[in-house]
Amino acid sequence: MTFSPALEERFAKLLTSYPPGRQRSAVVPMLLYAQDEIGHVSQELVEEVACRCGVTPLQVDEVIGYYSMLHRKPLGKYHVQVCTNISCQVVGGEDLYGHAARTLGIGNKQVTPDGLISLEEVECMGACSWAPAIQINYDFHHFVTRERFDQLIQALRDGTYQETA
Amino acid sequence: MRYNVPSPLETRIISQRFDLPNSASIDTYLANDGYVALRKAIGMAPEAIIDELRASSLRGRGGAGFPTGMKWSFVPRNTGRPSYIICNSDESEPCTCKDRLLMENDPQQLIEGMLIAGWTIQSSKGYIFIRGEYRYQIEIMERAIAEAYERGYLGKNVLGTGWDFDLYTHSGAGAYECGEETALLESLEGKRGVPRLKPPFPAVAGAFQSPTILNNTETLSTVPVIIRMGGADYAALGTPKNGGTRLMCVSGHVNKPGVYELPLGFPLMRLINDVCGGMRNRKKLKAVIPGGSSAPVLKAEECDIPLDFDSIAKAKSMAGSGGILVLDEDTDMVAVALRTIKFYAHESCGWCIPCREGTTWLKKVLTRFHDGGGRSSDIDLIAELANNMLGRTFCALGDAAAMPTAAFVAKFRDEFEAYLKRSSAAVEPELAVV
Ligand SMILES: Cc1cc2nc3c(=O)[nH]c(=O)nc-3n(C[C@H](O)[C@H](O)[C@H](O)COP(=O)(O)O)c2cc1C
Ligand code: FES
Repeated sequence: MTFSPALEERFAKLLTSYPPGRQRSAVVPMLLYAQDEIGHVSQELVEEVACRCGVTPLQVDEVIGYYSMLHRKPLGKYHVQVCTNISCQVVGGEDLYGHAARTLGIGNKQVTPDGLISLEEVECMGACSWAPAIQINYDFHHFVTRERFDQLIQALRDGTYQETA
Repeated sequence: MRYNVPSPLETRIISQRFDLPNSASIDTYLANDGYVALRKAIGMAPEAIIDELRASSLRGRGGAGFPTGMKWSFVPRNTGRPSYIICNSDESEPCTCKDRLLMENDPQQLIEGMLIAGWTIQSSKGYIFIRGEYRYQIEIMERAIAEAYERGYLGKNVLGTGWDFDLYTHSGAGAYECGEETALLESLEGKRGVPRLKPPFPAVAGAFQSPTILNNTETLSTVPVIIRMGGADYAALGTPKNGGTRLMCVSGHVNKPGVYELPLGFPLMRLINDVCGGMRNRKKLKAVIPGGSSAPVLKAEECDIPLDFDSIAKAKSMAGSGGILVLDEDTDMVAVALRTIKFYAHESCGWCIPCREGTTWLKKVLTRFHDGGGRSSDIDLIAELANNMLGRTFCALGDAAAMPTAAFVAKFRDEFEAYLKRSSAAVEPELAVV
């Protein structure tokens, strides 16, 4: 497989980050960084990562189910993650998730028909003191009300949303 | 970036640079005491560095509160084998959001802490294990690492000492269990994050089966301050055996939730009323979860305590990760208990049966209960299930699930009973189908 030069550079760095003979360590980060570029963990990617790290495809396969951020199916261009864990729950996180599902018309881990947005109810994302919180891809949004949520979704649809990460 | 206004009641030691312009840049760091501690440490014998940490009575900020100086003293030195410094930046304990701020606002401080750890055991490699969701924070750390290489603080021959130290980030990919130190080490090797049998502890056989210092982000970020000001002065900020300050992450029903740096022993009620502006909407306090979601809940009348490891333990809870969730009188404790156990059931790695099955059954029973199908025997069943998990699981995740659940039932039994009355619509669904 061919990747962007930036990703190739990252792979090269990853393969030299670990002690000699420990290239298996690069498997999980490689999968995640590659998923960001190609959209999901395909079988082709599994084999590619196995080959680059010097492990069997099975050894790559077995970690995929374990890590919740690795997806075998494509997510939306924008993956909207709503936290409903307790700090968010008690200030409206569950209500916000319900609102998100209704307004987007999709359920947990589903994608809008145009492929633009996917939704996931997630565990604590490390924004508890500024709850309720959501992440759009890797961007955090704090103190999210229904109105703010609607504005963000509108911006995703208009193409005016600016990613920071 | 800060997401809440700081409080004048804070003691800003490890967050002292958070509000400076360009606080993440190495120039800002160097202009504000940066790398003073490393230079000092380089002139000290390893034993003297560890003695300062002992004198500081710094206790691990990741959850267990283990004395850091003692932990470092367990690491065998001069074995001729490689050794490693690992920073646990997995930050996944619900209610906890402080390691993120340390990486965003003062990445050099963390790097300096890891360098001092590296110098102490003459390690030449370190990894910062950062949860995958923190990509932006990983990028900040990588920029900071690159700056530290440029200025000669990382890489070959650090500050002309002849000692080499390389530092890398390592991204996780979503798994709470990878915050458990031995599961983290498995994950670092590219495997599923299942815990290892202890002993041997990571100090002796940690990363790549080699001697390892493994600490939380905040613990390592505190090391430069201690070396700079001296262990005794740092200790004096806190209470006996509970040295210094920590970042307390307050969430829930207060007027000003936020992350605040306060001395250990700071009174919980002052935190709520003075630092956080009191309860939201003038509601009454019902309960506090004082150390992340694994910590047993405290009822309002139990909250008149100082926030240090020993005082919170005396109140039969734990200071844990410093996540403090404040709950008002309107909070539905059954709903909070259910959400808590859903989390642990989802995150149980499935390796050992008491945790995998215990969390699953607790979730089933609590779901049934919450949805109106509970029976009066369920209340004791929940307590019994939880108590049977305690101390019987392979790693502490099982305890982390069982302890809060047992406490919710024991302390808010009346609310569970009220649920029963409300749903006395005589539904008797079979447990197995829920
Ligand atoms: C299930 C589980 C999850 C944990 N998650 C974290 C975490 O996200 N971050 C962390 O620093 N420690 C976490 N810990 C604690 C670590 O195992 C370990 O004690 C800690 O990182 C040691 O660093 P310290 O001594 O500086 O606190 C977790 C423990 C358990 C049992
Ligand atoms: S509980 Fe929602 S971000 Fe922590």
